[in-house]
Amino acid sequence: MEKINYQNFRIEAENICVDYNGKVALYDANLRLKSGQICGLVGMNGAGKTTFFNALTGFVNISKGKIRINGESVRSAQKDQTIAYVPQNEGIDSQFPISVWNVVMMGRYGSMNIFRCPRESDVQAVKDAIERVDLTNHLSTPIGNLSGGQRKRTFLARAIAQRASILLLDEPFSGVDIRTEKLISELFIQFKNEGKTILLSTHDMIHVREFCDLVLLINKTVVAYGETSEVFTPENITTTFGGISPDFLFGPES
Amino acid sequence: MELCSFLTLDSFITDPLTHDFMRKALLMSSLVAAVCGFLSSYLTLKGWALMGDAVSHSVMPGVVVAYALGLPFSLGAFIFGVGSVALIGFIKQKSRVKEDTVIGLVFTGFFALGIVLVSKIKSNIDLHSILFGSPLGISLSDVKQTIFISLLVVILLSIFRKDLMLYCFDPRHAKTVGINVFFLHYLLLTCLSLAAVVGLQSVGIILVVAMLITPGATAYLLTDKFDNMTVISVLSAIISSLIGIYVSFWFDLETGGSIVLAQTFIFLFAFLFAPRYGIFKLKKLFAGYK
Repeated sequence: MEKINYQNFRIEAENICVDYNGKVALYDANLRLKSGQICGLVGMNGAGKTTFFNALTGFVNISKGKIRINGESVRSAQKDQTIAYVPQNEGIDSQFPISVWNVVMMGRYGSMNIFRCPRESDVQAVKDAIERVDLTNHLSTPIGNLSGGQRKRTFLARAIAQRASILLLDEPFSGVDIRTEKLISELFIQFKNEGKTILLSTHDMIHVREFCDLVLLINKTVVAYGETSEVFTPENITTTFGGISPDFLFGPES
Repeated sequence: MELCSFLTLDSFITDPLTHDFMRKALLMSSLVAAVCGFLSSYLTLKGWALMGDAVSHSVMPGVVVAYALGLPFSLGAFIFGVGSVALIGFIKQKSRVKEDTVIGLVFTGFFALGIVLVSKIKSNIDLHSILFGSPLGISLSDVKQTIFISLLVVILLSIFRKDLMLYCFDPRHAKTVGINVFFLHYLLLTCLSLAAVVGLQSVGIILVVAMLITPGATAYLLTDKFDNMTVISVLSAIISSLIGIYVSFWFDLETGGSIVLAQTFIFLFAFLFAPRYGIFKLKKLFAGYK
């Protein structure tokens, strides 16, 4: 019976807590997302955004609460490669000697044999993914020689090649050029139409209004969660950012 | 008298080969260099230089205890190598002391324990050969053990080559797609302990960390491709071993030190003249002549 309740939700996090050596990073956080929904994760630095992502991917263990991905445990989501994580540009070693092709191929590793020998279908998936992010001219370029935007697109391509139904994106718009920003925006619309579920963290309030059906405001715990039009109010934003007004944070237009 | 032999390059290379111990030393050191070079590219990229230092020093008491008990010394070294890492992790988690301090503290403690044990346990352990290596005096049982461990490490690294690359590059993604990151972490540590064990025979415990860091660092300056990096790392390690042994033979120098110095010179050469990342950027220099 319990499973049927979860089936409607791609992501279901219930009262989750995460602590690092006794230091609380996130407590009593809840989130429910369905197929085709885009949710913005908004909060200050250190508010627990990355911790939230880490909990959903199973990179850190939760000390309390429950996480269900497509009604299953995080571990089976890992086995099925249900979730793809697109890191911040700062989160990766850009000097690592690896080409665009090989990074995107890593999206297929989970479904390959132990030697990670690419099959024809893997090669095709990687080719298609690279084409979708418009990097076909950079197949063998080392990632250290790419611009910030191109690097971001490489990791998006890895997520596409993985064919995950849930995408977690850490600051997808930070440090990218206009062209990449436009391409990411277009991809979001395509992902939504394909029924993918997207959770993205961002500092940019305009992007939240533009793309996100839902917004999750956090400051160690959930401050507010719901439809963007209802929840993304100056009062809630002020509370999330520790009493600083949104006018001050983002200019009077926000 | 020996200087006369220098007149021909031919005899410089072939003369030492007439000695059985030299042939064995050249073969064994090349094998050890290949293993350490292979592992080195992973350690460099993972940022585990200090960890390599720690593990290689921590195997010391293991070697001594194993000798005293008549066990294969690789077994003792392995237990203490992995044990030191576990202890580092434990102290880091349970105290407010920073990680580099904990590493320094633990490995010097282990190393000191090893030295004290050597002085206490009456046996035929030659402290000098453990500290500084003795590729010229390697025994038959050591040869067998070295070959076995080297093959084991090379096979493990080859099987999990791509997974380890992913683990070094982006462990979070590895975890997200269901790859066992915990296993890879300990696999790399195991290989590190084993490589330290075979490496200490050619250059000794004090310098073995150079075998585990320098080839990878050299290769890192010379290429942007991971596969090439591994190949360059292995080749530079083997070449330095050969140079080191020949030089030590002809000039009567400490062998371990000579091998590591050869590695350091190759690194310096790459540091100065690497096509893209060297200080003088050879590519640009040549471009100027066109």
